[in-house]
Amino acid sequence: MRATPHPMVATGRSLISLTGIRKVFRNGTVALDGVDLEVKRGAFLSILGPSGCGKSTLLRIIAGLTPVTAGAMESAEELEGSIGFVFQEPTLMPWANVWENVYLPLRLAHRARGDVAERIATAIREVGLEGFEGAFPRELSGGMKMRVSIARALVTDPVLLLLDEPFAALDEITRFKLNEDILRLWQQRHWTVIFVTHSVFESAFLSSEIVVMGPRPGRVVSEVPDDLPYPRGPQLRTAPEYAEFCRGLSRRLLEATT
Amino acid sequence: MNTAWAGRFARILAPILMGALFVVAWDGIVNYFEIKPYILPSPLLVVKALETSGGSLLVSLWYTLKVTAVALVSATVIGAAIAVLFSLSRILEISLYPYAIALQVTPIISIAPLIIIWANDAYLAVLICAWIVAFFPIIANTTLGLKSADRNLVALFRLYGASRWQILAYLQVPTALPSFLTGVRISGGLALIGAVVAEFVAGTGGTETGLAYRILEAGYRLETARMFAALLLLSLAGITIYFSLDGISRWLLSRWHESALPPEE
Repeated sequence: MRATPHPMVATGRSLISLTGIRKVFRNGTVALDGVDLEVKRGAFLSILGPSGCGKSTLLRIIAGLTPVTAGAMESAEELEGSIGFVFQEPTLMPWANVWENVYLPLRLAHRARGDVAERIATAIREVGLEGFEGAFPRELSGGMKMRVSIARALVTDPVLLLLDEPFAALDEITRFKLNEDILRLWQQRHWTVIFVTHSVFESAFLSSEIVVMGPRPGRVVSEVPDDLPYPRGPQLRTAPEYAEFCRGLSRRLLEATT
Repeated sequence: MNTAWAGRFARILAPILMGALFVVAWDGIVNYFEIKPYILPSPLLVVKALETSGGSLLVSLWYTLKVTAVALVSATVIGAAIAVLFSLSRILEISLYPYAIALQVTPIISIAPLIIIWANDAYLAVLICAWIVAFFPIIANTTLGLKSADRNLVALFRLYGASRWQILAYLQVPTALPSFLTGVRISGGLALIGAVVAEFVAGTGGTETGLAYRILEAGYRLETARMFAALLLLSLAGITIYFSLDGISRWLLSRWHESALPPEE
């Protein structure tokens, strides 16, 4: 087990670089103004901010789902078609079972079922849902639905994984468990993750780097490296340095909102 | 006996009991007030009318059902196809939808004479009328359903580079299925109504006639018991159409849609 920070942290090349991003909605709301952001390969970057600071919009811009009003985004070539996205809601197809939901990205890429069965089985196993392949979303709990959503995002083995407050609606125990699973998958798969959250504790636990955003208009207020030691397990949640780090982060978040 | 069984039992038994009660009351009233059979025949007379002219009524029922079925199937196919076109082309939708509404809100009984003049064939005229009334619920419900796809799922499809056809086939069509089936269920009843109304207007005689004309005919001759017999067959046909479409709908949605799930325990 590693006792030092994740070796990939801050050693990677730049994957995405945003400069002067401005986004104005049709109704005139300025969602983002002058946002600069650099995402390095291998980072676990959390975007921490209160509701309405434009953090989800920023994620959608990175995913290419929303155009910007002004500013520039440069992204590495390897990102082309290699982004996974997990929404705040599980966003599953209710008419399809777990297997078919996980198969979706590969189906859209015209991959035959038989050729990718192995990959789908692996993805389902990695989120701990073996035996539930035939279950429909309505038969699953909130946490299990979220796991399906994560399996669907990792089945394509993406370079970049975007998570938009994926655990906000879950109970605390389920959230802790999923936090640990995501952290483990990040380390095993050498992903780059951008994680949007309003939870100080969640971002402190997961990240290698934290960007604190403030509202009206949405902007980056501070960037904080998260150098809490690895491996990060349940014991970290009660460690004094974790509490200390969270206190500092809370202060910054409070400053950002006032 | 557990409660689930009791519930199912009551669901079948209660309406039957209610019907039996109604028939007994009906018979009692007719006998007590000595109502003339051409005003209100007793249930027994209706059964007798069914016996004597049941065969020819069934032939007419078959004719009406044929019209209804052909109208419903073609309205379903064409309505769904147009709804898909609307979902692909916004300009097509906004230019044609008002006319679909106009066709729907104009009472079919007022267009029927015109259609009869143009069609020059009773069967075809009745079919067109039934089609017109069956068509709108399908196009309206399917169009709505095709537009109701989850925004985030659409975003996800786009993120994975889905083509327009993939979004349509894998996302919009399954999303629209429940509302499409609602449209079909409504149209099933309306097609029958359309067929009957058009036949009343057409008023065709001869060998090939539907149940509606038989009701008119019996009415002219004051054979009220036969009117009742024809009415009974007609409403049985309507009920059968409704429940078969409802069954198909439940079967198609059985595993995932809220509407088709058993009640919570």
